[in-house]
Amino acid sequence: MTVIFGIFLLTLLLITAVAIVRTKNLFVAVMLMGIASLLIAANFFLLDAADVALTEAAVGAGISTVLFLGALALTSEHERAPTSRRAASLIVVTLAALVVIYATFDKPGFGALDAPVQTHVAPWYLENTRTQIDIPNAVTAVLGSFRGYDTLGEVFVVLTAGIGVLFLLAGGPVAAADRSPRTGKKGLEGHLIPRVIGRLLIPFILLFGLYVQFHGEYGPGGGFQAGAIIAAGIILFALLEGEERGLQVIPPRVLLGLMAGGALLYGAVGLAGVVLGGSFLDYSVLSSDPVKGQQLGILLIEAGVGITVTGVLLAIYHAFAARRR
Amino acid sequence: MAALLDILSWILLTLGGFCILVGGIGALRLPDLFTRMHAASVTDSIGAILVLTGVMLQAGLSLAAIKLAAILLFLLLTSPTASNALAAAAMLAGNEPGIDVGGDEETAP
Repeated sequence: MTVIFGIFLLTLLLITAVAIVRTKNLFVAVMLMGIASLLIAANFFLLDAADVALTEAAVGAGISTVLFLGALALTSEHERAPTSRRAASLIVVTLAALVVIYATFDKPGFGALDAPVQTHVAPWYLENTRTQIDIPNAVTAVLGSFRGYDTLGEVFVVLTAGIGVLFLLAGGPVAAADRSPRTGKKGLEGHLIPRVIGRLLIPFILLFGLYVQFHGEYGPGGGFQAGAIIAAGIILFALLEGEERGLQVIPPRVLLGLMAGGALLYGAVGLAGVVLGGSFLDYSVLSSDPVKGQQLGILLIEAGVGITVTGVLLAIYHAFAARRR
Repeated sequence: MAALLDILSWILLTLGGFCILVGGIGALRLPDLFTRMHAASVTDSIGAILVLTGVMLQAGLSLAAIKLAAILLFLLLTSPTASNALAAAAMLAGNEPGIDVGGDEETAP
């Protein structure tokens, strides 16, 4: 059954991908990319990767779409006419596709027990999650503790991306105030229904974000997903009330603090491990009981991840929204 | 009792699936944006209500049923809002509902 559903979803994904490539309207392409993200998220969920599915749905289908639309507002809706080098690019793409297809011949079968993923370090992680960290969600244990270095790297990648976008976009022509040129109203002031429903939903979105943040040890969730959800709630507020009030709630200076502060918190937890006599990112020494220390460490670094992701996503959104073409 | 609930739930699920199918066909076949939105809203409203109620009956009295109820509540809040925003955007873009094509039109406020 899983295989049938998987093939169905992947076929839809393929159709969506072809449609994205073929459409000349960038607005349509953005919408289709949101659909593609939802499809791949459903596929991840089908393969029991709930954490990844949640991330893909929140970031890919949610925030990315908003950011793409923000970028689209600064440019034209239609794709530029293709250049004359189509034959060359077709050859390159065909060769790359052939190499990728050839590489799949060596892949282990779907769900094979002797696949490297089942025999390498994964069994050790699964066995030791219970004894060393004692939280139900092994994904969070692997992400936060066993492979804490990787996640630290990811957080710094997110931070670097945010800094890069700010360097590219900030300091450009800034809009005086984002009032509608026709009605002179801010945000969606003239549209009662979206405003009322949006205001009603924002507290629940933020609450759900916090739930995902702090429930990551017990179920699917964690800092990356929660950061995206909380950022989505605040972006919704900025859309409803206008950019000005959105920036009043969380000023740019605070946003920069969030961006750097989360990564700093993560690094500081790692250093605290060194100071207390362990090694870098070894949380066992944070408490007298090593298991409690691990749980505390994961809680703290997940908070750091969430803070940085929220800050970066909001900063990128505001960088787009503050500009006028 | 359990068998009765099961049958009821399957009836709801089938009806919901039918409504979603009708909505899909309508969204593809109807002539202009507003009639298509009307068809698509069949999927969002009655389709979602029927399917989610059917799944809730399958779940029984559990945390899953409460979660499904919450999903239904949020869907019933957000999808009409999205339809409203879409219709308002279409009107702003100068896409007036075609009155002469027949069928029931949705007019945006």
